[in-house]
Amino acid sequence: MTAELVRGQNHPLSQARLEIRVSAGTPVVAAATLGDEQGRIHGVEWVAHPGTPTLPGLEVSKQAAADHRLAVDLEAMPEAVHRVSVLLALPNGSGGPLHFGAVAAPFVAVTGLDGTEVASYTVTGLEAESALVALELYRRQGAWKVRAVGQGYAGGLAELLTDQGLPEAHQLAGSMNEAVARGQARSVPAPPPRTPDADRSRQAAAPALGPDQSGSAPHGAAAPQGAPDAVPPQPMTPYGPQEPHGSGTTGGPGPSVPQHPYQGGGAADPSAVTQNAPTAGGPIDYSHPRRQNTAPPPPPPTAPPAPPGQPAQPVAGDATGWSMDERLYNQVWGMFEDLARTTAAYRSAVDFADSRMEKELDQVLSDPRSRIGGQGDAAREVARAKHAQLVEQAKAALDRDLAQLTAEAGVVEPALPAAYARWDNPVWHGYRVPMEIPMALRLGDLHLPEATGLRIPMLVRLPLQRGLWIDSGRAGSLDGSFADSHELRRLAMDTAVALAGRLLAVYPAGEFTVHAIDPAGSGAQALAPLVQTGVLAAPPAVGAAGVADVLARLTQRVDLVQMAVRGGAADSLPPGLDTSEQLLVVNDFPHGFDDRAVTQLRYLADEGPAVGVHLMMVADREEAAGYGPLLDPLWRSLLRLTPVPDDHLADPWVGHAWTYEPSLVPSGSQVLQQVLTQVAAARRSWNR
Amino acid sequence: MTKGQAISLQKNDGGSLTAVRMGLGWQAAPRRGLFGSRTREIDLDASAVLFADKQPVDVVFFRHLVSDDGSVRHTGDNLVGGVGQGGDDEAILVDLARIPVHIDQIVFTVNSFTGQTFQEVQNAFCRLVDETNGQELARYTLAGGGAYTAQIMAKVHRTGQNWTMTALGTPANGRTFQDLMPAILPHL
Repeated sequence: MTAELVRGQNHPLSQARLEIRVSAGTPVVAAATLGDEQGRIHGVEWVAHPGTPTLPGLEVSKQAAADHRLAVDLEAMPEAVHRVSVLLALPNGSGGPLHFGAVAAPFVAVTGLDGTEVASYTVTGLEAESALVALELYRRQGAWKVRAVGQGYAGGLAELLTDQGLPEAHQLAGSMNEAVARGQARSVPAPPPRTPDADRSRQAAAPALGPDQSGSAPHGAAAPQGAPDAVPPQPMTPYGPQEPHGSGTTGGPGPSVPQHPYQGGGAADPSAVTQNAPTAGGPIDYSHPRRQNTAPPPPPPTAPPAPPGQPAQPVAGDATGWSMDERLYNQVWGMFEDLARTTAAYRSAVDFADSRMEKELDQVLSDPRSRIGGQGDAAREVARAKHAQLVEQAKAALDRDLAQLTAEAGVVEPALPAAYARWDNPVWHGYRVPMEIPMALRLGDLHLPEATGLRIPMLVRLPLQRGLWIDSGRAGSLDGSFADSHELRRLAMDTAVALAGRLLAVYPAGEFTVHAIDPAGSGAQALAPLVQTGVLAAPPAVGAAGVADVLARLTQRVDLVQMAVRGGAADSLPPGLDTSEQLLVVNDFPHGFDDRAVTQLRYLADEGPAVGVHLMMVADREEAAGYGPLLDPLWRSLLRLTPVPDDHLADPWVGHAWTYEPSLVPSGSQVLQQVLTQVAAARRSWNR
Repeated sequence: MTKGQAISLQKNDGGSLTAVRMGLGWQAAPRRGLFGSRTREIDLDASAVLFADKQPVDVVFFRHLVSDDGSVRHTGDNLVGGVGQGGDDEAILVDLARIPVHIDQIVFTVNSFTGQTFQEVQNAFCRLVDETNGQELARYTLAGGGAYTAQIMAKVHRTGQNWTMTALGTPANGRTFQDLMPAILPHL
């Protein structure tokens, strides 16, 4: 039975152990004072406050908070105590409200230990007061009662304590505030406020996805010839690591948000404390961290109602998202996951059927009765039939799911935007230089041996989170049939150029720059589309001097942007600095690289992605074996792609080995040249 | 539902259910003592073990939230419980149509990860909900909690073309489902 008290009203207390709950709309300090028969406080030791939170029979919180629970044990009170006053005060120096008139009326309730409310009181009618006595528990003829007081003090705690007869009122009020501020400094700093980011694509792209390269060991046992290349398979993730970093194009604001340092426990310096306080008590950002407050997305296309018993007809873009691009991206990832899982179900059912049959056949063999007559044969037949039946069922389930996914791929593939589409998709013939960066980029196709016809687009988020490594080594091919290493190198370079061209095409004019290093000139033929259309920043660098020059310039850029970002001064970059994303295509590594150049390359691989400088290595790891383990981190940091189909990529859910196939321009097609010509033209007009 | 009771997961109109949710909810019992406000947090974990012919094939729990085939999904670990008033604190979604053909039983268990016994838990329940329309099919209350740290709640198993759920409600001891395997096997 709860008594809702009004000011001045009292209520008997039947329990001695109580809890007093306080809820205020804003952080407040809760404290309690003990008084004698006249209501006087005998000394500072009779005040429970954040600095001395426990007294016999009384405990209060150490910090300012919007909600408090004070524990009271009236039986444990000293004999001399006749009154317990519950105080609330607004912490000063926290940047919060300064008087109770500005906040919601505080609510206090006296409850039993089981949570049942005995009495409650809402302190209303407050104006300029910054401290108040909310309740008092008092002893009357041997029994305890509670009274709603609601007496406020504009002069704050000092005035309140003076009124209760405490001589050291001012000192105590000061030390209480200090204790509160210290408590705030100790608490975990609130997350830095998110900088408003108008550009959706860039914001979404910051946590870019990295279908991790997994070395050439696809899946445990089936490691191909290149065993030394083996790197533990890492899964791809749809959203990748959630690292808050800005896009390097603008020297993004993300990392420039200063990290609020923890204040040590003994941080008594009030200036440091108050400086820190607004962080802890700062306003709460209610917006979803990865959602943007704009108009609701247009409704996704909905599938027509399916006839009962039939799966719904697939529709392109039938997924969640704010734009068609995002919906298609999510749909592709959904198909990817469904195919991975469906195949896992099929494989596990077949594995189980195999192991069960094996066990049953073993049993037949070990059973002496089976040696007589046809009994053994019959049992073997039964075991085989059970196996066949289960496998058949599993196959039926797989076929059903594959048919559905194939139908979905059939409508999704033609609907893809250029950045997600294969080069043979007609969308590339209607190519226009885009105005904004797309969400993701298709690096190629993925498929599983169970469904070789069902190709899942391999989409990675933009901007790239990590560099790419086009493996021109022989170990990379599935069966080693590409004995001709020249052929493989040519294909690797073609793959690199197709990807670089694709990146150039999907970025708005002037926001993506490609450099090339081709020390021996062996990639000249493959690089021709980039060189002839004039989309490269400069002709491919040749020789050791060229290598050193390009690396030095990119290293300097990384340094500058990094310094600016760390110093929070993104505006102070030199005016001549090219702010676009950079891609460095390196052919024939390590030819033309000296030790210094290798170090710089590693530096670019480590530090570049965060500031928009990416690597694309076209290399055979074997050829760089002379550097020993020095380069292992480099290879690991890059996403390995192969110029020929190879099953080296793992999905993030089940870890199947997926066969990757690069997205190459169909032979004889001029689509890449046409697209790059448009890019070059757009860049010329943009530069003017 | 009571212990040992079985219900068929067939819809009234004859169609079979396609997706069900196994929900688990609990609250920590209040403590006696001066600082009763410090209700200790109790972390109960729901797990689902998938069996094929009495062999565990896959398991869904807080470290493996989705079965490899994608048919059984855990909505995520709740470390404290206490949403309490009827809502599910942890839930496991089962897409019956997608369960691989060789899986014939799924056993649902609840473990106290923090080690408290079920005496310190109140208002604990597990319920089975038709995920397509939110209708509650069965509710089983973990009443009369005793000095044990785990409970084998229920199993969902194939009966011909359809699925049946049987309430088990067997107490056991263990921190995670692995500890319960010996206790589960007799129920298969």
